[in-house]
Amino acid sequence: MGDCVLPARAPRNGEESRVNGLSAADLFDLLGHFLLLSLLSIGGAMSAAPEMHRYFVVERGWLDETGFVTSIALAQAAPGPNVTFVAVVGYQIAGLVGALAALCGILLPSTLLSLRVSRWLRTHRTSVGVQAFTAGLAPMTVGLLLATSWVLLKPFLDGAETVPWGPILLIAVTVWCMLRTRLAPIWLILMGGLVGALGYG
Amino acid sequence: MNDSAPEHEPTSRPQSLVELFVTFTVLALQGFGGVLAVAQRELVDRKRWLRREAFLELYSVAQVLPGPNVVNLALMLGDRFFGWPGALAALAGMLTAPIAIVLTLAASYQQFADLPMVAGALRGMGAVAAGLMIAMAIKLIAALRRNPLGRGVTLLLVGVTVALVAVWHVPLVWVVLFVGGTGWGIAFCQLARQETGKNRE
Repeated sequence: MGDCVLPARAPRNGEESRVNGLSAADLFDLLGHFLLLSLLSIGGAMSAAPEMHRYFVVERGWLDETGFVTSIALAQAAPGPNVTFVAVVGYQIAGLVGALAALCGILLPSTLLSLRVSRWLRTHRTSVGVQAFTAGLAPMTVGLLLATSWVLLKPFLDGAETVPWGPILLIAVTVWCMLRTRLAPIWLILMGGLVGALGYG
Repeated sequence: MNDSAPEHEPTSRPQSLVELFVTFTVLALQGFGGVLAVAQRELVDRKRWLRREAFLELYSVAQVLPGPNVVNLALMLGDRFFGWPGALAALAGMLTAPIAIVLTLAASYQQFADLPMVAGALRGMGAVAAGLMIAMAIKLIAALRRNPLGRGVTLLLVGVTVALVAVWHVPLVWVVLFVGGTGWGIAFCQLARQETGKNRE
């Protein structure tokens, strides 16, 4: 029901005849490309973003630059895993059907593969190879998390003329609460939203 | 279950598929700017379904497999407790509410995107998200203590990963192959040596 009630974007010239601008063949193309992207997205959905951009914005022209960047920003502003940005990309291209196709595509292959691999690893968990696999990857995992912390931290430090005390204080309070208390993160996020809305963030 | 690795035993477990679904919905809805830190908080610190070490192992596997990392993590954990239905319940919990929210935002964001209060709130929430990630990285460093690689090698691999990703922006595939491969190789040699040592006794 929702497709035509919620226009995903302003229709460009001549696109009105096709709902949200895509034919059935295009939708299969969309689904197919997301199926492929699913298996390429090692390191998370966000790591497939450059390839998504190349195909849907540059090659197909189904989405403009702003639409693509907005998809990522919206998904990061909303709660939930980053993969929700894939649903927004699909939605901006072809409405709710597009969102559904994009999600099924990005999730199906990786889900089946993950379950098979994790079951296999669990049944062979006593073997030296598997134990070495999980133990050997752990330092890299922690390293990647530290690198992600740095990436999240950088926007607050870059381009600031004075010391950004607001964000620094928010970050410090958050780290302290996480290490010393058992407070649910939502209270910290609400605190951050409130402090930011009042102009101190 | 085997008793060679007692630290893998969870101290508690979900009682039903509904509890699994609700838990993942609750944690996904707290995940602004990424769900991973919240997942660690809820699953390890609060629900106690996993110990830190087991969380790190599960996530290490989840991240080298294609697909969204935290979604893979949810699948594997759900599967571990209830098999296929558990995997689906965790997946549905992780995605249903966030997708509904993000699509609602996508359909209506133009009306409020320019408000300075909204921009400020998003910035404050971003600072908290950075704090959550930093705190989790600190906690998981502690989980590396018992790593069979030994402290020196472990810290070296963490450092190399941070340098490759944050400083030199090396694509993830190469980091996984190089650092993950090295870690696996060294861990394999060490564990194999321990194994032969045990057999000789």
